[in-house]
Amino acid sequence: MTAPTYDLGKLHGGLRLPGHKAISTTAPIRDVPIPSQLVLPITQHVGDPAQPVVGMGDRVLKGQVIAEPDGTLGAPVHASSSGKVIAIEPWPVSRRYGDKAPCIIIECDGEDRAIENDSRWEDFLSLQPADLLLRILDGGIVGLGGAVFPTAQKLMQARTCKIETLILNGVECEPYISCDDMLMRERAAEILSGAQILMHAMQLNSCYIAVESDKPEALHSLGDALAELGDERLVLKQVPTIYPSGGEDQLVQLVTNREVPSGGLPTDVGCLVQNVGTAAAVHDWVIKHEPLISRVTTVAGDGIANPMNVRARIGTTIADVVKFTGGYAEQADHLIIGGPMTGKSMSTDRVPLVKATNSILVVLKTSFQGRELACIRCGDCASVCPIQLLPQQLFWYTCADNEVKLREFGLIDCIECGCCDLVCPSHIPLTANFKIAKGRIQELADEKGRAERARRRFEARNDRLEQERQDREAELAQQKESAKRAGPAAIAEILKRKQKPREDD
Amino acid sequence: MWIAVLTFALIALGAGLALSFASRRLPANADDLVEKVNDLLPQTQCAQCGYPGCRPYAKAVVDGTAAINLCPPGGEATVRRLADLLGRETMPLVERVEPSVAVIDESLCIGCVHCRNACPVDAIVGAAHFMHTVIESECTGCELCVAPCPVDCISMRPLSNARLST
Repeated sequence: MTAPTYDLGKLHGGLRLPGHKAISTTAPIRDVPIPSQLVLPITQHVGDPAQPVVGMGDRVLKGQVIAEPDGTLGAPVHASSSGKVIAIEPWPVSRRYGDKAPCIIIECDGEDRAIENDSRWEDFLSLQPADLLLRILDGGIVGLGGAVFPTAQKLMQARTCKIETLILNGVECEPYISCDDMLMRERAAEILSGAQILMHAMQLNSCYIAVESDKPEALHSLGDALAELGDERLVLKQVPTIYPSGGEDQLVQLVTNREVPSGGLPTDVGCLVQNVGTAAAVHDWVIKHEPLISRVTTVAGDGIANPMNVRARIGTTIADVVKFTGGYAEQADHLIIGGPMTGKSMSTDRVPLVKATNSILVVLKTSFQGRELACIRCGDCASVCPIQLLPQQLFWYTCADNEVKLREFGLIDCIECGCCDLVCPSHIPLTANFKIAKGRIQELADEKGRAERARRRFEARNDRLEQERQDREAELAQQKESAKRAGPAAIAEILKRKQKPREDD
Repeated sequence: MWIAVLTFALIALGAGLALSFASRRLPANADDLVEKVNDLLPQTQCAQCGYPGCRPYAKAVVDGTAAINLCPPGGEATVRRLADLLGRETMPLVERVEPSVAVIDESLCIGCVHCRNACPVDAIVGAAHFMHTVIESECTGCELCVAPCPVDCISMRPLSNARLST
């Protein structure tokens, strides 16, 4: 086993949170059987919605593309099993409180017939990096850490920058979630293979695999796989267990001791970060030709009878997944998709599992946290903020709706990790306030953009009308001129010609 | 040597005072100010303020002939920003309107092009004797197309509902 290295940068603030991970990591990952019906949202990624390329009643096979990206940023959606398309309609999805979004609904036939790959794919090492990127694009692969940014586009964007290091993110710092942990324990070799593919696509010679220190089994398993692989470009790094060290920018800082600039990306400091799950998905697509049609997700929380990690097909409803694990516990009260810090509350479990769903959390009736009181200016929020913002100041400016100051104090850089909420002795919901303020700033910017466009259109129209008026005047002037040049005799002749028919009547 | 130091210090002080007085008290260039006021207006070109567009209203506001609370689409926020910019007292809005877009009932439209000609931002497409339609993303909700329609087939819908229904 290769020993993990420890030389690390520093992360400001952060919190040590109780992990609650042991309970869902006792059993291996179990496969959820094919459900009777799959619900596949056409937007499972950052960017424009994919456009459906199948119609009602079409028979589809497992792995068949059912929606293609439309626009510059997006990823295709594949059928997760074989069956018949029975509807394309709005269905509750795991956005805010289960808002509806267009989904393709497939009634599964249970045969699970896969689409055949007619052409044999060559070894990825013989492919040009650009062709490899195009291939990754076809796999429908998006960032599986939760941000679901299309992987191929992220790589393409990174290729325009000077990148030195690939960082595989196996940190998974949020409580309860353990899907990446289980994946690293069980599929370490596939993850490393995915890393090699990504390195070839980016022509890189260095890759760090960062894993939190509270995952000894994952570190062990990755170390064994590394020793077997014998690729010296890959280095295992152990990072301390601090929330939110798994944030992209925070991880870059921890691993390379470089700070990502405000409003910038890790590519600005020569790093490309990919989730370990994404690397495994890249391996599955490029080596095994299986597009992203399933993912590992953690089903946990006190409201779950048997917490565990499962591999479910994309499109399986949360209700089906929970039923497979053994159902809800008696006092289950509240469903959250994602982790307890950054997840979203759901009003229904009819929502489908999508590419972003890394955790299904069911909690009991939340204990009373305490009434919101006035800020006592203790400054605890500032000392835990991982990006060194001043949540206290930001809170006042959100109350005063002061857009200029909010920008100045870097609200835009807030990663909404929720650390400030947890430590606030006055129980002020800071992160919720910041989210609203961000929305409002965005709204203002949109309004400004709309006004600007309306003004341009208005001015263009005025110019056009003015041009038309001038053209008409010029034409009239020219006619007058030509009549004048012809002289009075010609005019008299024309008038006479006009009078003639009248005499005929 | 002390005389020289003192002279320069006095000159610098005098210049500093003059500049700070000029920047605070003297009115800014009127054209620039019109531009700034115009930037704060929502550019709906709806003429609900009584002026033929956003820029004429901005000019009237700067000239002091128009109040700052005459822009219903801008809402209270615009009144507040105008008050901040011009150093005037904020005042209640004359009338409140919900953001809306025009929707043409295409089964009734006779293709008369009156609405198309009335639209200040060219957000209505259609030719004579052909059905017209509103480009929703460009419509500013100014309502100027509603009155000219001879068959009353244009209605204003609240923006949120119109966006959600698509």
